[in-house]
Amino acid sequence: MKIRIKFSKHGCMKFIGHLDIMRYFQKANIRAGIDVAYSEGFNPHQVMSFAAPLGVGITSDGEYMDIRVNSTRSTADSIKALNDVMVDGMEILEFKKLPDDSKKSMSVVALADYYMYPKDEDEMFTDITVLSNKIAKFMAQPAILVTKKTKKSEKEVDLKPHIHAFNVDFYNSRQEECLNQCAYFLSVTTGSEVNIRPELVVSAFYDFCNAEYKEEAFQIHRQEVYALENDKYIPLGSMGENIEAAE
Amino acid sequence: MRKLALSDDILLKVDKPARYIGNEVNSVKKNPADVDIRFCMCFPDVYEIGMSHLGIQILYDMFNKRPDVYCERVYSPWPDLSVIMKEKKIPLFALETQDPIHDFDFLGITIQYEMCYTNIIQVLDLSGIPLLATERTEEDPLVIGGGPCTYNPEPIADFFDLFYIGEGEVVYDDLFDLYKECKKNGLSRHEILVKMAALPGIYVPQLYDVTYNEDGTIASFTPNVEGIPSRIEKAIVMDTSKIGYPAHPVVPFIKATQDRVVLEIQRGCIRGCRFCQAGMLYRPTRPRDVNELKAMADEMLKSTGYDEISLSSLSSSDYPDLKELIEFLIENYEKKGVNISLPSLRIDAFSLDIMSKVQDIRKSSLTFAPEAGSQRMRNVINKGLTEENILEGAGMAFEGGWQKVKLYFMLGLPTETEEDIKGIPELAEKIARRYYEIPKDQRNGKCNITISTSFFVPKPFTPFQWVPMCTREQFLERAKLVNDTVKEQLNKKSMKYNWHHADVTILEGILARGDRKIAKALLRAYELGCVFDAWDEYFDVEKWNRAFRDTGIDEDFYTVRPREKDEIFPWDFLDCGVSREFLYREYERAQQETVTPNCRMACSGCGALKYKGGVCVENKN
Repeated sequence: MKIRIKFSKHGCMKFIGHLDIMRYFQKANIRAGIDVAYSEGFNPHQVMSFAAPLGVGITSDGEYMDIRVNSTRSTADSIKALNDVMVDGMEILEFKKLPDDSKKSMSVVALADYYMYPKDEDEMFTDITVLSNKIAKFMAQPAILVTKKTKKSEKEVDLKPHIHAFNVDFYNSRQEECLNQCAYFLSVTTGSEVNIRPELVVSAFYDFCNAEYKEEAFQIHRQEVYALENDKYIPLGSMGENIEAAE
Repeated sequence: MRKLALSDDILLKVDKPARYIGNEVNSVKKNPADVDIRFCMCFPDVYEIGMSHLGIQILYDMFNKRPDVYCERVYSPWPDLSVIMKEKKIPLFALETQDPIHDFDFLGITIQYEMCYTNIIQVLDLSGIPLLATERTEEDPLVIGGGPCTYNPEPIADFFDLFYIGEGEVVYDDLFDLYKECKKNGLSRHEILVKMAALPGIYVPQLYDVTYNEDGTIASFTPNVEGIPSRIEKAIVMDTSKIGYPAHPVVPFIKATQDRVVLEIQRGCIRGCRFCQAGMLYRPTRPRDVNELKAMADEMLKSTGYDEISLSSLSSSDYPDLKELIEFLIENYEKKGVNISLPSLRIDAFSLDIMSKVQDIRKSSLTFAPEAGSQRMRNVINKGLTEENILEGAGMAFEGGWQKVKLYFMLGLPTETEEDIKGIPELAEKIARRYYEIPKDQRNGKCNITISTSFFVPKPFTPFQWVPMCTREQFLERAKLVNDTVKEQLNKKSMKYNWHHADVTILEGILARGDRKIAKALLRAYELGCVFDAWDEYFDVEKWNRAFRDTGIDEDFYTVRPREKDEIFPWDFLDCGVSREFLYREYERAQQETVTPNCRMACSGCGALKYKGGVCVENKN
């Protein structure tokens, strides 16, 4: 049986990298008594995969992990069991059963929402109306060309078709103690084929405004991750069903 | 959310920020305002090494069970961070609350190996604690040391307010109670230390004076205040059900060196190898109850979620209920995906059977530690393993499908001759020949024998505490002789030889049997930039040579000098249970190449019988 788990990652946990988060969940599943299935072979390991690995330093309310289980308790009981063994900063939000024929989460990821907010004062946010106008002008360009560096090569990419939303918004978070924090909201293409990091857009925007972009000045937060189904973007979590009783 | 001591900027710049953020599974959260005593436990090496240490986990668990104590942890910051901390004047902090260590009541440092001494100085320095105990004020934490190196605490005595000699389970409760009472009564730092020095197992260096003879050896070692013992006896747990174990060990986010549940099955060792300090210090051997161990294993696996468990002891094959324990673990956990990682067992039919159940034979290797190449030399060091044992075990293993063998030896042992040294590759040759006796169609290609040698360092409280150590040149000549002899063997292509650096061994030798005069050289070495000396990439022999030169320390005095039978050693004021007479008797028997039976075969009167427990009273109602 396939299970999709949604979780959030806050506070100091943003410093724990993707591979260590995987190891963390392998142990958490055991502590919580999740009846997780193991692979075959001499060194069996838990069948587990992640939708879109999160970079070190980024917080999130929309992380997805798929596991396979032999049997399960209800959604409510499973969420409670897992949250009882979580550390501060990690919280299980959903625990849903996926249809047996569903594809791996990482192959269906298409879009992600982000907030990016300044850790200290940022002059750009002095006047929100002015800032919104600048964003509108930035987005009105026929193309938004940037050089994307990968480990192997550098290539020019047009960001415009990959920016599904870019505006000024307020970020609120109990965990990060943020109340109506001025932030950029971005919805960008995500996935294994094209993956646009939000800071790529914001740094291009700062270049456009002739302002200096400092990577370390921003906190990036991922809010949600979507799949494309019948031409509609739907949160990955909505592809599963809640489990009412143990099965 | 908890505020971190380091900014996001710094944490995103340094390697492995998880080393500095705390918040691990099973780390303890308390409100510091609710406790009387704040204790910070330090392992003076990098996080991944320190987190692998069982002793700290035991004490952390034990201290935090007290509602009036909050015990936190700290490890040496890696050099990429310590540079930033120095530059930005960020004080060293504890992982749990991220508070500066300077605000704590105690800084406890576990001292596991000599090569961490400069890291200890760095921890004090980064914490803003005066390096010398005598220069500390009422505002500074009490700095307390524990662990195997405290059995000769003298080279680092100046840096510690007190040492705890022996097993932590015994005296800490009394120490904490005493501290609380002293604080309530407004006693000064000095008064507190005098009171603590009267507790068993507690050594306060500044309350003892050392005088020296003209030749540099010790003339006297005496207390300088009334009411404290002139001889300090180690603390030892004799009721094995009271040996601590961490039911909820802290689980690191990043992979630690020892990334698994560790089950301590017994303390002490019956073997009495004459080079081995641990084998003398932790006498008598005390096996733990197998049913208690089963329950502990279960609890620790459940509380951590680890998928691997290993057994810990000095010689697991001597644990009386080993078979029952391992079979229990295999039966209950193997099919749940838990890996059973076996300690180095004596190779026999039983261990081979177990190994074939839990390991991939083609990948795993057999480990033998003959320690010396010839039977004569093995008799000198009292290593009971014979050539027949090794060849028989290897033969059985080869027939069972194994083809990899690891052999561990020491070079520079007392009385060692050319024949003894050449015996090392010759033994490997005999093992290889045993492998090739198996018909070609029944074996897996070539066998693979790895020979590793380390250089022998005489340690306090061993029968070899009197012997001169080899010089650097002698060590290297011996390694070269092994290397040359390997090349002469018929099956040299099945052998690989590794040896250690000699420089770090010489330094270990100086520090192991050093006295208080060494402290100034340690300070100088730290000033010159020495830190993380246990790490090849940081160890800098030139700086150490300069530190000894600058402080007028004659290295040879500590290493190659022969010591008289009745010389007062720096560690002689400590009583580890084993008598000096026994150690000297063993030294004489070594020279006569006479083997001493192990504790289960016969009692040799080492002195540990006075504790009236463990192997000393086995089968004697």
